[in-house]
Amino acid sequence: MAIQYLAANRFGLGRRWDDPAIDDPKAWLLRQLAEFDPAPPAIAALEGRAAIASAYIDYRQDRQAMRREAADAAEMSEEEKGMDPELRRLSRSAIRRHYVDGAAARLTTAVASPTPFAERLTHFWANHFAVSADKIAVIGFTGNYEFEAIRPNIMGKFSDLLIAAVRHPAMLLYLDQAQSFGPDSPVAARRQRRGAQGPGLNENLAREILELHTLGVRTGYTQADVTDFAKALTGLTVAGLGRGAGQRLMPAGAQPGETVFIAQLHQPGEQTILGKRYADGGAKQAEAVLRDLAIHPATAKHVATKLARHFTADDPPPALVARLSADFQKTGGDLPSLYRTLITSPEPWQAGPAMFKSPWDWTVSLMRGLKLPALGERQNIPALFTQLGQPVWRPGSPAGYDDKVATWAGSAALMQRVELASRIAGRIGDRTDARRLAPLLLSDALDPATGEAIARADSPGQGLAMLFASPAFLRR
Amino acid sequence: MTLTRRTALIAGLGTLAVGALPGMAFAAAPTNRRLLFVIQRGAADGLAIAAPIGDPAFAAARRTLADEAATGAKLDGMFTLHPALSGAAGLFVAREAHVAHAVATAYRDRSHFDGQNMLEAGGTRPYGRDDGWLNRLLALLPASERDALAIAPAVPLALRGALPVGTYAPSRLPQADADLIARLSSLYAKDELLHPLWDSAIKTQELAGDIGGNNGRNGAELGALAASLMAPADGARVMMVETGGWDTHSGQRGRLAAQLRGLDQLVGAVKTGLGAEWSSTLVIVATEFGRTVAVNGTGGTDHGTGSAALLFGGALAAGGKVSADWPGLSAGSLLDGRDLKPTRSLEGVIAEAVAHHYGLDPARAKKALYPEVLA
Repeated sequence: MAIQYLAANRFGLGRRWDDPAIDDPKAWLLRQLAEFDPAPPAIAALEGRAAIASAYIDYRQDRQAMRREAADAAEMSEEEKGMDPELRRLSRSAIRRHYVDGAAARLTTAVASPTPFAERLTHFWANHFAVSADKIAVIGFTGNYEFEAIRPNIMGKFSDLLIAAVRHPAMLLYLDQAQSFGPDSPVAARRQRRGAQGPGLNENLAREILELHTLGVRTGYTQADVTDFAKALTGLTVAGLGRGAGQRLMPAGAQPGETVFIAQLHQPGEQTILGKRYADGGAKQAEAVLRDLAIHPATAKHVATKLARHFTADDPPPALVARLSADFQKTGGDLPSLYRTLITSPEPWQAGPAMFKSPWDWTVSLMRGLKLPALGERQNIPALFTQLGQPVWRPGSPAGYDDKVATWAGSAALMQRVELASRIAGRIGDRTDARRLAPLLLSDALDPATGEAIARADSPGQGLAMLFASPAFLRR
Repeated sequence: MTLTRRTALIAGLGTLAVGALPGMAFAAAPTNRRLLFVIQRGAADGLAIAAPIGDPAFAAARRTLADEAATGAKLDGMFTLHPALSGAAGLFVAREAHVAHAVATAYRDRSHFDGQNMLEAGGTRPYGRDDGWLNRLLALLPASERDALAIAPAVPLALRGALPVGTYAPSRLPQADADLIARLSSLYAKDELLHPLWDSAIKTQELAGDIGGNNGRNGAELGALAASLMAPADGARVMMVETGGWDTHSGQRGRLAAQLRGLDQLVGAVKTGLGAEWSSTLVIVATEFGRTVAVNGTGGTDHGTGSAALLFGGALAAGGKVSADWPGLSAGSLLDGRDLKPTRSLEGVIAEAVAHHYGLDPARAKKALYPEVLA
C-alpha cells in the first residue's frame, strides 16, 4: 500500500523537494492539526478590510462621477453607463490588486507550508463556504475572506466557522445580504409612508446557508423556512459599501468594510424556522438559528459526506460517512475531532486511482516538488488558474467547485496540464533531474512503467514534463 | 425526404430486424444535420426574455423591469422579445426563431444544482441518472452523425453516457510537442480514465486548428468557436455550449441585458459561421427553471419555476411563433403564489424539436431521450 504517497497527496499537497521522508504518516498528519499557522508571513503581510473597502468605494465614486457626466446615461445599460473603459480599468485596478495579492499569498503559503494537510482543509472549507469574485463588490474581499473567516476557524467548532463565514463582508455582499431589508422594518415602513418603493427582502443568503452550508439540499426545509430565515438575517450588513438608507444608518465610528447590525433594517418579530420559534433579539435572532443549524443531524451528515468525498472518492464509503457524522454529532461539530477520525479511518488509505487532483492541487504539488521556481517572475497567477479551468476564488456559484473526478478529468484539461508541464520543463528541465525527483515525489507509488518512461525521455526537460503528467502525479 | 429515406431503411430491414436491432431501427439515414444545445446555468428569467406585456398582471408584478420589455420587438399580441435580443428578433421575422413559454422540466424545487441535473439528465428526480439526454440522442443517429463535443473542460452531464464524446476548451498555452504527446499516449495506454481523455484531447486539438488562440469568453467568440467546430464536414454534429451568470438575484436589469446580448451574439455568430449549413441546424437554448414573477427588494428576482426556451435554426417546425399554453400572471394563477405556472413540459418541447429536426418518430424520440418523463 502506497501510504507515503497517500499521506503526501491524498491528504496533503504533494511532497516538497526538501521534505524529509514521512516515517509515520498518521503521526505526521495528526501533528499538523496542532502545528497549523493560521497567519503565516505571506498572509499576515496583506492589507485588511478597511483598505479593501476603500478601494471599492473609490471605484464606485469614479463610476458615479462618470455616470453623472454622461448626458444620456438613462438610455444605457448598467454596464455601459458613462464609464470610460480606460478609467474603469484604472479604478478597478486597486480592487483587483487586493485579489491578485491575495491569490499570490495563497499560493506562496500552500507551496511553502509544512502543514499541507491543514492547508488542504482550508481550501476545502473555503470551497464549502464559497464566495465568487464574479461580483465587483466581492473581488477585493475574496482573499481576506479565506484568511480571516476561514483559516482561523478550521481548527475550532463548525458553528464558529459557519458564523464567521456568514458574517464576513464577502459572503454578505456575494449573496445579497448587505442589501436585504426587513419588509416591515422601520426603514421600509418609513419609505412606504412616503410612497417610495422598497428596499426589501432578499432570500439568497438564507437559501444557500440551508442548501449548501448546513443542512444540504432536499433535507426537508420549506420555502417558508427560507423566507423566515431571510427575515431573521435582516439588519446584518456591511459598513461603507451599501447604498441609500442603509448607508445613512451606519453606526457612528463604523469603519468601511466592517460587518455591522443595523436594528432599523431588521424585520421585527418572531420567526419560525424548522418548526422552532426564534424570538426577536436583533442580531441574536439569526445567530441562534445559525447555532441550531450548525449542530443539526442533517448538517452533520452533509459535512461528513463532503469531507469523506474529498478525501476518498466520488461515492464516499458509507461507513466512513456514518463514522464522521456520528463524531460530528457527538462532539457538537468539533472539527479537529473530525480530522482525527478521518486520519485514523481505513477508507482514505485505500490504494488505487480514486481521486483526480484539481488544477489548484496539481499546480501546488508541482511547485512544491521543484527547487527552482516553476513559474517566471511575471507570471499572472490568477490568469494561470483561469486557464487551467479553476479560477482562484471564482467558482461562479455559491456551491463552489464540484468535487468529483469528472469535474477535473476532462480531455481539454488534461491537455492544458501537459502543455503547462511542458512549458515549465522547457524553462528549468535542464537543471532538474526527473529521474531522481520521481522517487521522491511519487515515493511508494512510483511504478516501473512511469520510472522507465521518465528514464527513456529524449531530454531532461521531457522527463520532467512526463513526471508531472504521469498518472500518479495527476491523481491523489 | 428524410422521412421517406428513414421509412425505406426500416422497410429494408424488415420487422424482425427492427425488433433485434432497436438502435439501428430508429436511426435516420445520414444527413448533414447539426444540433447545438446551449445551457443557461443559473435559472434564466423567461419573463424577461419573452415578456408577456399583454398579460394584465405583468406590469404591476414586474414594476421597473416591465418598462424595458415595452422597448423590445413585438412577437405577437401577448409577447415582446427582450430588447437585447435584437439579432434574435430578426431571426424571428425570418421564421428562424421560436419561443416556447411557460415551460419547465419535471423539477419543482429551487436548487440550481438539482434543477440543472434534471435538465441535463432528463430524469424524474435529481441525481437519479448519470447519463444525459444528448448522449441518449446520439444512439438514435446514424454512426456518421454521432460526433459530439462540448466546449467545456469536462463533459457536461447532458452529454455523458454510453457513447463517447469529446470536450474542447480553448488554450492559450503553447502546444506540447508531438514527441511528448506520443510518449504520453503510451504511458496512458493502460489507464482507463486517462486513455480515452487523452485520445479525445489529441483529436480535438487537431480539429480546433487555427482557432486555438480564441479564449471564447464573449458570446460572439464562443458562437464563432462553436460554429468553427461544427462547420467542417468531419466536424462535430452534436454540440453543447455552457453559459453561466443567469442567477439575477439583484440588479437584474443591467446584468440580464448583458447576458442576453452575449446570447444574441452567440446565436448570430453560429449562424454566420455555419453559412449554408444553418438551414440544417437546430439550436436549443434552455435553463433549469425560471424566476419569481414579482421583483424582489433588490431589483432582482428569486428562484421560480416556469421559464421560456428558445429554438433557432433554418428549418424549425414553427419558426416566427411563440408557443404557450399561457397560465396568466394574476395572483391566483401563480404556482405557490409566486412563480409562473409551467403548463408544458420542457422535455416534451426539446424532444419534439429534435424529432422534427432529425425526422425521427416523435414518440420514439421522446421515449429514448426521456424514458422516465415522457414514456
